[in-house]
Amino acid sequence: MRSLILLLLVGLLNGCADENEATAVDSQKALQLQFMNAKPGDIINIPAGHFEMTRSLSLKVDGVTVRGAGMDKTILSFKNQVSGAEGILVTANDFLIEDLAIEDAKGDALKINEGKNITIRRVRTEWTGGPATENGAYGIYPVQTENVLIEGVVAIGASDAGIYVGQSRQVVVRDSRAEFNVAGIEIENTLDADVYNNVATNNTGGVLVFNMPNLSQEGRRTRIFNNHIVDNNTPNFALPGGAVAGVPAGSGISINSNDQIEVFDNTLSNNQTAHIVISSVYSTNYSQRETASAFDPYPETISIHDNRYSGGGDKPDTDYLPQLKDAVFGVDGAFPNVIWDGFVNPDLALDGVLPASLQICIYNEESSAVFNVDAPNQFANPRIGELEHQCQHEPLPAIKLQVAAATFQAEQGE
Amino acid sequence: MPKRCLSAVLLTCVLLFTGCAPVGVAFLESDPVVLSAWRLMASNGEQLVLSEGVTPYQLNATLFTDYAHKLRTVSLPLGTQATARPDGSIDFPLGTIISKTFYYPRVAEALQQTVDTSVGWDSSIGSQGGLDLTQVRLIETRLLVRRSTGWVGLPYVWNSAQTEAKLEVTGDIIPLALRSAESARETDFSYIVPDQNQCTGCHTTDTASRQINPIGPSLANLNRTITNKSSTLNQLNHWQQLGILAQDEFLSNQPRLVAWQDETQELSERARSYLHSNCGHCHSPTGAGDTSGLYLDIQTQSPVRLGECKLPIAAGQGTGGHRYAIVPGEPTHSILVYRMQTRDPGAMMPEVGRSLVHAEGVDLVSTWIGSLPGHCG
Repeated sequence: MRSLILLLLVGLLNGCADENEATAVDSQKALQLQFMNAKPGDIINIPAGHFEMTRSLSLKVDGVTVRGAGMDKTILSFKNQVSGAEGILVTANDFLIEDLAIEDAKGDALKINEGKNITIRRVRTEWTGGPATENGAYGIYPVQTENVLIEGVVAIGASDAGIYVGQSRQVVVRDSRAEFNVAGIEIENTLDADVYNNVATNNTGGVLVFNMPNLSQEGRRTRIFNNHIVDNNTPNFALPGGAVAGVPAGSGISINSNDQIEVFDNTLSNNQTAHIVISSVYSTNYSQRETASAFDPYPETISIHDNRYSGGGDKPDTDYLPQLKDAVFGVDGAFPNVIWDGFVNPDLALDGVLPASLQICIYNEESSAVFNVDAPNQFANPRIGELEHQCQHEPLPAIKLQVAAATFQAEQGE
Repeated sequence: MPKRCLSAVLLTCVLLFTGCAPVGVAFLESDPVVLSAWRLMASNGEQLVLSEGVTPYQLNATLFTDYAHKLRTVSLPLGTQATARPDGSIDFPLGTIISKTFYYPRVAEALQQTVDTSVGWDSSIGSQGGLDLTQVRLIETRLLVRRSTGWVGLPYVWNSAQTEAKLEVTGDIIPLALRSAESARETDFSYIVPDQNQCTGCHTTDTASRQINPIGPSLANLNRTITNKSSTLNQLNHWQQLGILAQDEFLSNQPRLVAWQDETQELSERARSYLHSNCGHCHSPTGAGDTSGLYLDIQTQSPVRLGECKLPIAAGQGTGGHRYAIVPGEPTHSILVYRMQTRDPGAMMPEVGRSLVHAEGVDLVSTWIGSLPGHCG
C-alpha cells in the first residue's frame, strides 16, 4: 500500500513538476516519503530541478542509493529550512549518494552518523552567500563511519569544515574541491585515511588532520598526497570556541595532536602563514591541560617529503606569529615551509629532542628546516631546527577500500 | 494540475484504508490514516474521551515541546503484561500502544503558555478521564506501537474541528501563537510535528541496535504519587493493580527521577533530571549524540563527560563563541546554555522537538551551572 502511495507521489513529483506546477510542499513531502519508505537496494532518483526544502531529509535504511542528475542540475535548497540540524541525515550502511547539490543548510549539509561502506560522489555542498559565520558548520560530514569513499565532491562556504571526516576508519577523500571554508578538508580522530588529488583553495586552512580529546577513538595514519593546496588565506570566519576557530588564516596543511602522518607530492603555494603547521591541542584554541588527561596531545612521527612549494609564510595570521616572523626572518622575510609549536612529550624527549622514530622528518625537499616557535616557553627561544629533521619514516600503506554493496549495484545498473 | 494530483493521492489513500482496518485490535501490519481507527480515544469536538483499557499516566521528568501540554496513555492487549528490566526500563508486550497527545490551554482562540499542565483535564469525563475541548486546542497525537519488528512511531495531526487526527508521516509545520501570563504579547512560532524518521531519530536510544524504544515510561520516571478517583497511590503500584505491570516485580525502593519543577528537591538533582529527559536520549554512551563525547543521561558521573571544561567537537556555530560545554560558575559562558537559548535550527539543542526557548529550563540549568565550583584552565 505504501509503495502505491509512494508511486502516486513520485508521479506527482515527476509528472507535475515537469509542468512547473508542483508546489514546494509537494516535492518536500514526496522526497521525505522516498527517503522514509526506501527498501534495501532502492535507488532514489531525484530529477533535475531546484527543490526548496523546509525540513531535513533523513534516511535510516541500509543499501540505498540517492542519485541526482548532476551537482549543478539537481539542487536541494534548504534556505527556508525550519526544522532539522542537517540538510540530509543518514544513519545506514551501504549508502551511496551522487550527482546532486545541497545548498544553504541551516546546520550541516550532509551528515552520515554511523555507517559502513559509504560512498559520496560528485555531491556539492554550498552556502551560496560565500564565507559567513552564520553558515552551517559542515558540508560533507561522515562521523563514526567505516570504509568511506568521498570523491569528486565540491564543498564551499562551510563555517567549520567543507569536508569533515570524524571518528572514522578506512577513508579515502580524492578528486574533490574545497574552497572558501574555514577548513577545506578535515580528518579528525580517524584511523587510516588517504587524502589525494584534491584542490583546497581559498580556505582559512587547506587540509587539517586533528585529534581532539575526550572521544572514543584517537586517530592516526593519514596520508596527504598529490593535492593542490594553494592560497588558503581567507580570514577565519568560524565562531570562536570550536577547534578550527584557532586555525590561522594562511595555513596550507595543519596537523594537530595526530600521529603517523605522511605528507608528500603536494603542490603548496602562497599559504601566507605557512605551508605546513604542526601543533598540539595545547596551542590551538586551548591551553588547558587538565582537559586532555589520558589523551596524547603531541603530534608525532610526521613524514614530509617530495612536496613542491612556492611563496607563502610571508604574512602570518594570529597575534604572535607576525611578530615572530618579523623578529626572526625580517619584515620582508618568510617562515620556512614547516612551522611547529614545539610541544614534545617530556617523557619521550631527551634534552627536549624527540627520538628519530617520533620526529618530524623531512626528506627529498630543498630543506629540512622546521621553525619551532617555542610555544611551551611563551616564544622565549624560537629557533630553526634542521639536523634532527633529516630523517625518514617508513611509508604508510595505501588504503584499500571494500566496494560497497550499494556502489556495486548502482554501477551495475548504469 | 497539482491540486488534482494531490486529491487523487488522498482519495486513493482513503479508499485503500477504509475497510482494511480490523476493529478493536492493535494494527500490527498497517498504519491507519486516521487516529480514531485505533479506538484509543474519541472526540466529538467538545470532549476527548479515553477508551476503556486506555490508561493515562504521568512522568516525573518531561521533555519540553514548545510549552505544549501532554496527555500520555498506555494500553496493552488483553491478557498481556509488561515486565521491568534490571536497568529500570520496561519491556512492553507485542501490541502495546503508547500515545502522547499534545495540546494547549486556550481562552477563546488564544493559546496560553502556562506552567500548570493540568488545564482542561477532567477526570469526570468518561471512565478514564478526558479533555474538555472548550478549554484546550489539540495539536497532534503521537503513537508508539510495539510490533513484531519492533516499535514504530506514528504522528497524527488533529483537524481544526478537533474531531479527528490524520496520519502525517512526513510531519507538519503548524503556525501558532502563544500568549504568556506575564506578557500580553503573543509569541508567533512554527510548531513542528516530527516526521516518522525524526520520531525514530530520538527514540533510537542505542544507535548500535538501531531499535527504537519508548523514552519516557521508565520505572524511575513513572515512580510518583498520583491521585486516582480521590485516592492517592504510587503510580507503579497503580499499574500493577491494573495488571499493566507484572505483580511479582520488586518495585519498592526503585530509584526516582525528580520532577525538575519541584523546588523542594536538590538543585543538582533537578538539573540532572531535566538534562536526562531533554538531552539524555541522544547524549549518552549509546545515543546518536555520542559523537560529541558529551553524555547528559542520569547515569553519567564523570564531570568532563557531563561537560565541565569539555571542549566542543563538532559544534560549529553551536558554540555561541564559547570554549566549553560547561564553565563552572559561569552559565553565560557555557555552550550548553547557549544551545538551549538559541532558536537557530543549525545551533539549537535539542536539534528537533522545539521551536521556542524553554525559559524555565534555561533558568534551572543556568542556576545549577552557576552553583558549580571550580574553573576551567
